[in-house]
Amino acid sequence: MIGVEHYVVVSSILFVLGVLGIFLNRKNVIIVLMAIELILLAVNINLVAFSAFLGDLTGQIFAMFVLTVAAGEAAVGLAILVIYFRGRGTIAVDDVNRMKG
Amino acid sequence: MDWSQSLRLIAPEETITVAGLVLLLVAAWGGDKASRLISIVSVATLVAAMALVAPALCGGAMGPETSAFFGQFRADAFASYAKILIYGSAAVTLVLAPSYFERYDSMRAEFPLLVLFATVGMGMMVSAADLLTLYIGLEMMSLSSYVLAAILRSDGRSAEAGLKYFVLGALASGILLFGMSLTYGFAGTTSFAGINASVSEGLSNGALFGIVFMLAGLAFKISAVPFHMWTPDVYEGAPTPVTTFFATAPKVAGLGLIMRVLLDAFGEQAAAWQQIILFVALASIVVGALGAIGQSNIKRLMAYSSINNVGFILVGLATATQAGASGMLIYVTIYVAMSIAGFTAILMLKDENGNYVEDIPKLAGLSRTRPGLALALATVMFSLAGIPPLFGFWGKFVVFQAAVQADMLALAFIGIAASVIGAFYYLKVVKVMYFDEPADVVKGESDIWHKLILVVACAFISPLGYLLTSWLGETANTATTALFAAL
Repeated sequence: MIGVEHYVVVSSILFVLGVLGIFLNRKNVIIVLMAIELILLAVNINLVAFSAFLGDLTGQIFAMFVLTVAAGEAAVGLAILVIYFRGRGTIAVDDVNRMKG
Repeated sequence: MDWSQSLRLIAPEETITVAGLVLLLVAAWGGDKASRLISIVSVATLVAAMALVAPALCGGAMGPETSAFFGQFRADAFASYAKILIYGSAAVTLVLAPSYFERYDSMRAEFPLLVLFATVGMGMMVSAADLLTLYIGLEMMSLSSYVLAAILRSDGRSAEAGLKYFVLGALASGILLFGMSLTYGFAGTTSFAGINASVSEGLSNGALFGIVFMLAGLAFKISAVPFHMWTPDVYEGAPTPVTTFFATAPKVAGLGLIMRVLLDAFGEQAAAWQQIILFVALASIVVGALGAIGQSNIKRLMAYSSINNVGFILVGLATATQAGASGMLIYVTIYVAMSIAGFTAILMLKDENGNYVEDIPKLAGLSRTRPGLALALATVMFSLAGIPPLFGFWGKFVVFQAAVQADMLALAFIGIAASVIGAFYYLKVVKVMYFDEPADVVKGESDIWHKLILVVACAFISPLGYLLTSWLGETANTATTALFAAL
């Protein structure tokens, strides 16, 4: 029998993978954007699982809002990435270092 | 609770949203030529919204009749207090911005609109009475802020600031959201009142994780240690008017939101989060003070100063009492005035070609070449350091008084000791301006609006501000009474 705790474990693993993806990746900012999406989807699994478990619709509505915001976030992120690339000609994470201290 | 009453309660948000959408069409039609008109109408809208929220604050609105949309939104005196600060800072930003962007020939029509939309989001954050409202408000603010940080497309530093702010901000939102999903799962509801009722008997481990994750996400938004690393880079890289905005309005919104979440939703379990806030407050004070010492860019210095000041403000929250909450509101009001004065002065530092001067060594001898400007910057620095008789001292005094009343003597002692370390780098700026050989770099002229804002903000943080203490204290008390009555 699969209970709510299984879903929470899966979503926690995905969440940790997403966070690690942001910190361990030194190559490409696009991978960071993918890791952010992974975090938001992990949260959605959590919300929907809790919603089904509690018999309460709020969680599923919340998940819809999260999906919408994730789309907006990806659009804004890619737009910023495009102007960054135009100026610098690279999107490697290690090169994002004009300011330090 | 019918719809018409709910719609009346969100009148300020409606005003700004409708004005923002109409102006978006004007921007699409008129292009960047319309930017001046759009700025003027945006400032007028924000002033109108301030007038709309003022009655709730003066009347001390609280209780069920301030709750809109079935407990999703709360338009009480506390929200009004924060909203007046937010709308005011946004209006000041819009007045400061045009001359800066015209210098780079990139005053975009979208700039005032993004500020308006961020302002709507911040208004929702301080009015949130449900995790869903909280999240939507926060994202509305954040998504607009990412674009604002990167809006100066000709400057590589601006794009980099936008990118860094976006990546770390999105991570913080994700962490916050994960915390909210756990809180929802273990409390069974997303409304603050429901969460409060469900945790009043005891806190499950899941809900405790929820608080920790939510606090991590919120600490990022107010740039508290250990989630402060973005602040210096974003403050330095973003265009100065945008930095002014970041240093004022989102701080008020983030602190208001933290107060709502911790004192309303988790008010019954203060022991669980007090230690976290205690650590965050002390770490912010110390890291802010030590990090600022080696800085030579004045915007970076102000970034560390904001980390330091957020630490002092959180001292009030660590007490979990109403006196502490009132102290936070008083401090944050004074802090907003200090930031506005500081960044307006920074915007007035221009060399003979009109380029902006950000290096502290280039300010050498400013007192002889520009005595008025040097005096204003010195006032800001002394006030940020909390040296009496300037008004910045009063903010520190009220939060530490609340800490002492709550028997947190150790916290008060460490905080006061660290504020002495902080005084070092503020005094260094004053020393460079008053005692070094003149470098004679700052020569450019500023427009009348900058001077006006600087004079008003400096008058507020000067000893004249003490005339307002009783009024400010009473207003903050009205606001926090409403906050504590919201349960």
